Amino acid sequence: MSPDIEKIESIAKGIRQRVLAHTLANNGGYMSQACSSAELLASLYGGILNFAPVTEPIDPPSFIGVPEVGIHTYKTGQQFHGVTGENYDRLISSPAHYALVIYAALIETGRLREDGLDFFNKDGSTVEMIGAEHSPGFETTTGSLAQALSQAGGIALGRKLKNESGNTWVFMSDGEFQEGQTYEALQAAKFHGLNKLRVIVDVNLNQCDGPMDTVMKIEPLADRIRAFGWDVTTLDGHDIPAILTAASEVTSNPHMLLCYTDPVRGLPVLEERKPTLHYLRFTGADERAKYEKAYQEMIK
Amino acid sequence: MSYEIVARPHQQNFIDWAKDKPEVLVLSADLTNSCEVGKWRDTYPDRFFSMGMAEQNMLGMAAGLAREGFEPWLHTFSVFLYRRPLDQLQMSVAYPALKVRLVGFLPGIMTPGGVTHQAIEDIAILRAIPNMTILEVGDATEVESVLDVAHAIDGPVYIRMLRGEVSRIFPKDEPFILNTARILSTGTDITLFTSGIMTEEALRAISLLQERGVSISHLHISTLKPFTDPRIIAALKTAKHGVITMENHSIIGGLGSAIAEVMAERGIGVPLQRIGLKDTYAHGASQKFLMSEYEMDAQALIRAVEVSLGRKLNIHETELEQQRSVTVHSSAKAEAL
Repeated sequence: MSPDIEKIESIAKGIRQRVLAHTLANNGGYMSQACSSAELLASLYGGILNFAPVTEPIDPPSFIGVPEVGIHTYKTGQQFHGVTGENYDRLISSPAHYALVIYAALIETGRLREDGLDFFNKDGSTVEMIGAEHSPGFETTTGSLAQALSQAGGIALGRKLKNESGNTWVFMSDGEFQEGQTYEALQAAKFHGLNKLRVIVDVNLNQCDGPMDTVMKIEPLADRIRAFGWDVTTLDGHDIPAILTAASEVTSNPHMLLCYTDPVRGLPVLEERKPTLHYLRFTGADERAKYEKAYQEMIK
Repeated sequence: MSYEIVARPHQQNFIDWAKDKPEVLVLSADLTNSCEVGKWRDTYPDRFFSMGMAEQNMLGMAAGLAREGFEPWLHTFSVFLYRRPLDQLQMSVAYPALKVRLVGFLPGIMTPGGVTHQAIEDIAILRAIPNMTILEVGDATEVESVLDVAHAIDGPVYIRMLRGEVSRIFPKDEPFILNTARILSTGTDITLFTSGIMTEEALRAISLLQERGVSISHLHISTLKPFTDPRIIAALKTAKHGVITMENHSIIGGLGSAIAEVMAERGIGVPLQRIGLKDTYAHGASQKFLMSEYEMDAQALIRAVEVSLGRKLNIHETELEQQRSVTVHSSAKAEAL
């Protein structure tokens, strides 16, 4: 096994551990998102993305205010991705509800301070529950879902106008394919030839109300996206070599990686919470003990 | 009273203005010629981006382009810039305070396109959004000079724009100045604030009112947000009998409401009358017809002045008809919806 893949596996393991530890400590958390997307975010931050290095893990910033007209010193969560540059990649994370998982990925890759999750959802902190653009790892404000693909399309178009060679990546969740704006963005990206726009989707087939098939079907997803003129690769979202291979494909169209995932991967006890996996809050001491046990297994 | 009529003042002026500004782009949503940027597209094809009928995505892509250092100028009808894509306008553009310019045509009841095309509550909605600047032009000089004003603002700007045949009311060498009212007359009985096309309509009645001995302060307001112009406060303080606002918009949330807020905050205790759409949708008809039907015309202003003064002024309709009417606009603008 190549060192890259071992490293990414280790990041993915660290993401699940950190999110579970946080969930235990706070009696709640976005656990299934960590289980489904650990390999995706580990592959992005640990292998795919060409980011400038940061000299040392960055302190979790305190909230100092919202963006204001004429204030140019405002720092976004982009700083955790290193300085921008024409050859560097960008990452716009669309489902801000994955914030906890993204923060864990930043810690695992040395971009956010080790104790960063201690500031999660704490008053006055930017390590917010549903991140905004001051939150670590968030380059834009995307919590109102399906806006990131358009924003990233504009960034990719701007970079194309400047002849930049870096890719503009978007991390998306499958629920966003229920929103009309997603399809507007798909058609525009193809129309304007944004072949450096690349999207990686956590297709975990679950959303707030439960399994997507009971809420609003999105399949056949790959056919839909291909019909808009995109190149689509469908793969197992826990298969790191497959993710890396698909991510390195050079395509003449915007490229979508549909990564089918298991929302309880690495934490089988979560199976008992089906069909509603969106947010885990323990029902009592018994359930909590089961997760404590699972955590002990995980860190062995 | 007559004004020079300028044909399509935005069309060539915007081309000339953008010549040395390579960061200025145009995004259009299938209303390119209707918003007088067809020739701009042909002049700068590499800076023009057709977004199709997909305004939610257009707002998002504008945000991305602004983050990359470009200055997108979105051209479509007013109503399509904020009603459907309001969440995108707020979260993608306004929250990050990005330099996106929303050039909205056919504001209020200027379009015979009816309720779907009439932006009657845009100012109300956009005034409530942090980081927004809201401008409204009232003549050809402002159509031309609003570009520099918007360009200098380091955040999102919404412009209520005019197209087609536009009167030149203000001298060409007196450009639009941000947050600065134009004082068109001064007096002590009544203070009148008008915006957009309502200024020209009000001017039809002003001289008749003055002939009847009404002492009237008349200010043309072209910046709806921010709304901190000291000229407004000074003019309010001189009004002995009442204040009147006149806007091409709902009386809720626009110019009338902004004035009411200033009056309340400053303790200015004279009655306020707001001329505009009185909490109603409109329908498809000519501008002149709608202004009369919804009591937004010069007649309505005269009636409001009479209420403020508590006396009849006996101005006959024929006298008003002899003043310049805006009929020319309605016939010229029926085309090219």
